[in-house]
Amino acid sequence: MLRFIAKRVLWMIPSLVVVSFLSFVLIQLPPGDYVTTYIATLAASNEVVDINTANELRARFGLDQPMIVQYWKWITGIVLHGDFGLSFEWQQPVSELIWERMALTLVLTFTTLLATWAIALPIGIFSAVQKYSVMDYIVTFLSFIGLAVPSFLLALVLMYIAAVHFGQDVGGLFSDRFMNEPWSFDKIVDMLGHLWIPVIILAVSGTASLIRVMRANLLDELSKPYVTTARAKGLSEFHLLMKYPVRIALNPFISTIAWLLPNLVSGSIIVAIVLSLPTAGPLLLQSLMSQDMYLAGAFVLLICALTLVGSLISDILLALADPRIRLE
Amino acid sequence: MSKTAQTDDGSVILDVRNLVTHFPVRSGVVKAVDDVSFTLHRGKTLCIVGESGSGKSVTARSILQIVDAPGRIVSGEIILHREDGTTTDLAGLNPRGKAIRQVRGRDIAMIFQEPMSSLSPVHTVGEQIMEVLRLHLKMDKAQARTRCIELLGQVEIPKPAEAIDRYTFEFSGGMRQRVMIAMALACNPHILIADEPTTALDVTTQAEIIDLIRRLQNDHGMAVIFITHDMGVVAEIADDVLVMFRGKVMEHGPVDQIFHAPKDDYTRMLIGSVLKLEEKAEIRLKRPPLDTTVEPVMTVKNLSMHFGSNLAVNDVSLHVLPGETLGIVGESGSGKTTMGRCLLRVYQPTAGEISYRRADGSMVDLVRADEGLLKDCRKEIRMIFQDPVGSLNPRMTVSQIIGEPLLVNHLCMGQELEERVVDLMEQVGLNPDWRERYPHAFSGGQRQRIGIARAIALNPRVVVADEATSALDVSLRSQMLDLMMNLQDKLNLSYVFISHDIGVIRYMCDRVAVMYKGKVVETGTADQVCNAPEHPYTQALLSAIPRPDPRARSMHKRHRYKV
Repeated sequence: MLRFIAKRVLWMIPSLVVVSFLSFVLIQLPPGDYVTTYIATLAASNEVVDINTANELRARFGLDQPMIVQYWKWITGIVLHGDFGLSFEWQQPVSELIWERMALTLVLTFTTLLATWAIALPIGIFSAVQKYSVMDYIVTFLSFIGLAVPSFLLALVLMYIAAVHFGQDVGGLFSDRFMNEPWSFDKIVDMLGHLWIPVIILAVSGTASLIRVMRANLLDELSKPYVTTARAKGLSEFHLLMKYPVRIALNPFISTIAWLLPNLVSGSIIVAIVLSLPTAGPLLLQSLMSQDMYLAGAFVLLICALTLVGSLISDILLALADPRIRLE
Repeated sequence: MSKTAQTDDGSVILDVRNLVTHFPVRSGVVKAVDDVSFTLHRGKTLCIVGESGSGKSVTARSILQIVDAPGRIVSGEIILHREDGTTTDLAGLNPRGKAIRQVRGRDIAMIFQEPMSSLSPVHTVGEQIMEVLRLHLKMDKAQARTRCIELLGQVEIPKPAEAIDRYTFEFSGGMRQRVMIAMALACNPHILIADEPTTALDVTTQAEIIDLIRRLQNDHGMAVIFITHDMGVVAEIADDVLVMFRGKVMEHGPVDQIFHAPKDDYTRMLIGSVLKLEEKAEIRLKRPPLDTTVEPVMTVKNLSMHFGSNLAVNDVSLHVLPGETLGIVGESGSGKTTMGRCLLRVYQPTAGEISYRRADGSMVDLVRADEGLLKDCRKEIRMIFQDPVGSLNPRMTVSQIIGEPLLVNHLCMGQELEERVVDLMEQVGLNPDWRERYPHAFSGGQRQRIGIARAIALNPRVVVADEATSALDVSLRSQMLDLMMNLQDKLNLSYVFISHDIGVIRYMCDRVAVMYKGKVVETGTADQVCNAPEHPYTQALLSAIPRPDPRARSMHKRHRYKV
């Protein structure tokens, strides 16, 4: 087992080198650079920048050097000093910008995840066991609605209801007075008060699809002979259901962790923009639009690294959960 | 609870009266068990026999009320007589209630056909056995563990103290079935229901499991309900036999009566078709002796097939004469199927040669033939598969399935193809009017006929039949073999007939090669190999096969082959 993990970690190193290079190439691909976008923005407000100034800016940002040199500077900075470079647009180190947002994204994602699993798994199990009952049809109907409603629409509706009927201040994760305050108990309470809207919105579509997956997984397992064996032993229906088929039907969920982590960065961008949440998604979008190269590069690199780490974690967990993978 | 005269002597432990179990389906109701009555006596073995769809398994599951949804007991009584004189009607209990759960696993335990899928793959063997002990006998963890190791020792699992922490997939099929038995015996049940417990196992493993069940039955005084379709097993172990057909009891009586004085026509037919496979086929008796002076149509020399470091076929040499049936017999893992697939180069053999004599007399080494030549040769060497369900595409009509080899080889199309398909269907005894139907509309035997028609569509010279009758009920088996032999006479086919069933080999084959762990250990005429085998492995294999005659029980005389 330890050898398996060590081997997997070693394999991650060349993968990381490749993806880091690819992500750098990727953000270089669009025509122009940050300076071009900057000049265009200035031109929109009738300011003219002459070519000399532009070149001066390029030299200052290091944009006039060949790409491979820029990559080398960038990646050695990250590996040796943890320095992700400077965001052109924000004039701040990228790492400062990212970590604050990542922390909040983490809170939001895991709260959503817990809510989703807590609601979806029991309903999915119920719906599989009571297949084709009235309740199953109701649950199925509702979960298809949940799947079909776009989350940004749900976000707008919920914001309207919260603002108009409850008079609550919606949008963002904090009230105005806490926005720039340091962390305190009051600020956390305030955040929890804001958290429920995005959690509900994000949980609805997640729950709906999870119910369907759980139902299908469990239906496959329920007809397996080992369930009959367990029944013939004299176990109660609930006990045998939880111990055998549900336990095995849950295994596929472990592999979903692999794409859960990259979702921290790139998931739910639209909802976050609609609700103006201070999470990573909107910042990623903004950096891509303004060609804020180092910020965007850091995000893309983070997504790639999280994908690799996510698959490693899910592989290890799967091996722990399923002896067939561990021992064969 | 009323007591009838027959239960008065106290030997009756289970009394099933007029049991009816229905499966509601869209088009109505399937009467899986239709008015079945029988009694089971303490310490005795009752065999329930019948072909697929006879309701034998559902009868057994009805006793414990574990019939799969949507099946349910409609009426009847299942009266369990306990040793303390109390009785319970199991049919009247709530299938999810506490009362029936206390009977399951404690008074009546059950083992199933597929020892792999009947055990959870993600829990250790010990966990699954200890669960029963803790549930019914309220043992604590340490007690349950001690008892579990004891049980694993009783069913002769080597190193029980280590085996307890292993998972099911770490055991062989026979060992898994031992684990199942240990689990069933955990609470010393009074009745053991065994639902085809040896069907998925090799004959030598089957003999060991039957031995084990019999020994434990003597030690514990259990009554056993043994469900099987194998009349040899019935003759070997049964005290009483219940013959079922389409949910109804056809005959119920002592084993000797069933085999030697059957009263019912269906029983007679069933016994008859089993006995038929104990002899050489009539068709073969009528044939003139095979011309052994001609050149073989196919000669295999030193053929080997590696899968990684595993040697599945090890230095095999064989030959097949024109018009001959060569049987390949062996247990699972003997490499017989791999060998058969190498003959068509489905697998690329790693060493050796297969010289094939084409119709024009030219010789081809199939191992080294290029793609074009191989394609031509494959028109002349065809295959019939074991699984008549899985080997037919469910989205193609029978006409498309049979016509496909003709079409892909650009041999005929349109009206001509249609006529050829009709002709082929008639040859294998299928009504050509059914050619636009899909495979699911046909029974197992008919589907295998479709497979045969497809195999002979290109007028082949050699047909490799891999366990072609194993999935069929015994009454259909001899029919299918007779059909194959008639086609052989008509088309001058050579068969390579792969089977684990000695009866089928004896019935059908001229010569037999016995495979063991990738090697051919013995080759000879069918008579010689089946009646006077020379190699100790063949002797051990034959001694493990139960004979369908309760007066000639022979399994206790069997011996094991040790390398």
